Amino acid sequence: MEKLKLVEATQMKTGLPPFSPGDTVNVHVRVVEGDKERIQQFQGVVLGRHGSGMNATFTVRKVSDGVGVERIFPLHSPRIAKIEKIKDGVVRRAKLYYLRELASKAIRQKTNA
Amino acid sequence: MNGLLGKKIGMTSIFDDSGQVVPCTVIEAGPCYVTQIKTKERDGYEAVQLGFDPMRERLLRKPQKGHFAKAGAKPVKLVCEFREIGMAEVQPGQEIKVESVFTKGDVVSVIGTSKGRGFQGVVKRHHFGGGFRTHGQSDRERAPGSIGSSSYPSRVFKGMRMAGRMGGEQVTVHNLKVVGIIPDSNLLLLKGSVPGAINGYLEIRKRKAQ
Repeated sequence: MEKLKLVEATQMKTGLPPFSPGDTVNVHVRVVEGDKERIQQFQGVVLGRHGSGMNATFTVRKVSDGVGVERIFPLHSPRIAKIEKIKDGVVRRAKLYYLRELASKAIRQKTNA
Repeated sequence: MNGLLGKKIGMTSIFDDSGQVVPCTVIEAGPCYVTQIKTKERDGYEAVQLGFDPMRERLLRKPQKGHFAKAGAKPVKLVCEFREIGMAEVQPGQEIKVESVFTKGDVVSVIGTSKGRGFQGVVKRHHFGGGFRTHGQSDRERAPGSIGSSSYPSRVFKGMRMAGRMGGEQVTVHNLKVVGIIPDSNLLLLKGSVPGAINGYLEIRKRKAQ
């Protein structure tokens, strides 16, 4: 088991900001188009965190032009340039799947301190 | 050398250069010790015998003790022969490390012993479909069905697939790509899965030149 951790340690990021479900985060994603690379931002509410170690992922949801968009990011992916915490959220659940059914105003109320 | 012996550590995933997740198996490969060199004149064929997993000298049996002493190699738990390789490269007793054999991007075959499943029925063992779950059937859900005709041939043909011991046999997986090497801790990372349980011994062979 220790040796498995050794492999994962070579890949894992350090210095990630601590964030939890309900928080609003801004994820800077590296997008490669042809031979050019640029940063795309994806800002939304963290619906949940999943897994541990190398396999950890988190789900971010935002509403874009009235359409709900969810992205699942591997936490340690090199494609993620930066994770910014925008706002703390106060929620009482680990997985906030019920936000999918709510209007944006209700989401604000649910995740506000 | 064109191969090594190793031990399965477990599976994890890593990111490749483009940021894609690659499922990989971690293998503790080597260090191996050359325990014997077989020559055409003496043994009728050419091969290098490698040993892996050092053990305490006290636990060795006398014939083994002599065998390892002759090569000046460390006493090991497992030995295995590798053929058709550059004989001149290696000396008896020499230590062979993972970084001297494999590089990132190599394609290898892995030979191991699959996990023992015990006595299993035909559905699990041979992927039979089983019988109907409904339509008034009883006790037929995982049954093998007919195993042959009646008065002719009046016997069951040899090799008929039936229930029995499953697993615990040698399995070879080809075309696994080396996705990483950690020389300090003798670790080899292969894309995909390999046969056997964790801590099981494995033979890792480079693909023959095409």
